[in-house]
Amino acid sequence: MARIVVITSGKGGVGKTTTAAAVGMGLALLGHRTVVVDFDVGLRNLDLIMGCERRVVYDFINVIQGDAKLNQALIRDKRCDKLYILPASQTRDKDALTKDGVGQVLDELKRHHDYVICDSPAGIEHGAMMAMYYADDAIVVTNPEVSSVRDADRMLGILSSKSRRAETDVEPITEYLLLTRYSPERVNRGEMLSIADVQEILSLPMIGVIPESQAVLNASNAGIPVILDQQSDAGRAYQDTVSRYLGGELPMRFIDAKKGFLGRIFGGA
Amino acid sequence: MTASQILPAQAAKQALEIKAATFSLPLIRLLDNALDQLALQVEEKIAQAPDLFLHTPVVIDLSGLPEDQEIGSFPELVGVLRAVGMMPIGLRGGNALQQQAAKAMELAILSETRPRAKPEQRHEEQEPPAAAIEAAAAMPSIEVGSKVIAHPVRSGQKVYTAGGDLTVIGPVNSGAELMADGNIHVYGPLRGRVFAGIKGNEQARIFCQHLHAELIAIAGQYRVSENIPSELKGARVQIFLDQETLKIERF
Ligand SMILES: Nc1ncnc2c1ncn2[C@@H]1O[C@H](COP(=O)(O)OP(=O)(O)O)[C@@H](O)[C@H]1O
Ligand SMILES: [Mg+2]
Repeated sequence: MARIVVITSGKGGVGKTTTAAAVGMGLALLGHRTVVVDFDVGLRNLDLIMGCERRVVYDFINVIQGDAKLNQALIRDKRCDKLYILPASQTRDKDALTKDGVGQVLDELKRHHDYVICDSPAGIEHGAMMAMYYADDAIVVTNPEVSSVRDADRMLGILSSKSRRAETDVEPITEYLLLTRYSPERVNRGEMLSIADVQEILSLPMIGVIPESQAVLNASNAGIPVILDQQSDAGRAYQDTVSRYLGGELPMRFIDAKKGFLGRIFGGA
Repeated sequence: MTASQILPAQAAKQALEIKAATFSLPLIRLLDNALDQLALQVEEKIAQAPDLFLHTPVVIDLSGLPEDQEIGSFPELVGVLRAVGMMPIGLRGGNALQQQAAKAMELAILSETRPRAKPEQRHEEQEPPAAAIEAAAAMPSIEVGSKVIAHPVRSGQKVYTAGGDLTVIGPVNSGAELMADGNIHVYGPLRGRVFAGIKGNEQARIFCQHLHAELIAIAGQYRVSENIPSELKGARVQIFLDQETLKIERF
């Protein structure tokens, strides 16, 4: 049975789209038929991060409104044939994402894919509500700072009360916490919350910690999901995250401060 | 011949008992017959405190409307209330037609009694600054007893227990709100806002393991975070009223 996975946060700019692209690619590389759906109507940047912006002809809202068939709007990834993207519209108004329309498109996607990844817009407005409503699993993305953690907390509350699973009283959405843009050095200097702090406030299992990394910026400028950059710390942290999502138990990597020059010579702490 | 003589002894076990019990229930008193307006206003009230009326039995009161005034369709009115989670169980007042419609929907027809005198209104400035509190304070108690919540209460969530204690096993996060007619117990960090004895019970107490609350209140007496002594932050405490002042004590 296919699963719908929402990547959500409440706050903007925390790394949702980066995560949706990485997790989508990661699942597809492991052979799972995967589609990433962009719910960020008006901004539309998933296709940029996936490097397929020039191939967008029809979009999600065209499909909802019946102007295009789903397979006309789906874009197949050039690097991995298990991966598809359903782009958002850049112009139309957000209310075009109707609950029924979204439900129908997701149902159809579930028939042909194993994972449907929904990249949520920021906020708790209509678009974000539509992205999470039908979810089976949620990856809640947060940065190690107070306002982002608080927004994640609020979003978790909404997931447990306003989703279809909550409304129909079936098994609740499975929630995972992903901490991104983590900088051990800044944590040590007391400028950011630690992993333990974030976990304590949100009391959820942590599915991954993605370090703050130049590789993410380079990858998104090049239109390549960072998970394909196997040399980078962020790429490998996303690979671990995908493995954990699929049930693997791996220790967290890249969570300790890099040792300075003396530290490297003398080793230890 | 009595029943016990006919039936074998073991089958004569008593299966029920009928006793008198008194419940006070929220009354939904219609002041106007416009159903769409009613629906809107009910939703607004619910939005302020989503859990307040969830699965709560209520009585519809039409005695405030003139006899001849129709209220659209009675089933529709019941539908409006059910849609927000209330459970209409009876009708008070209303004309013959409305009462017939209520019976058809298996609602009880309740006799007209004088509404109880309202509890004395406390001073305006003593009221905690939350709309939800006013809503709760205006309601009669429902004897639904205590509630235990075994998951985190998160920012933006509100939990209310009518007529009893509220216990949370897990964190109550900043931006979350707990309200109870009785005591409140939190086994986990308490970072949100808590209102015990919300309908004026001055005996109510708050117990928590790690006090980081944004606001604590008992029977309308409240303190915000900045007025909580810093040496008590993070401590295991009980909070109670002593001569109308809030006391915070380690235990
Ligand atoms: N781990 C990271 N390290 C450095 N920069 C990051 C990281 N994750 C995301 N970013 C950057 O943060 C910005 C916002 O990321 P994005 O994925 O678009 O967030 P959202 O979809 O939540 O708005 C982008 O410029 C992105 O490149
Ligand atoms: Mg985004």
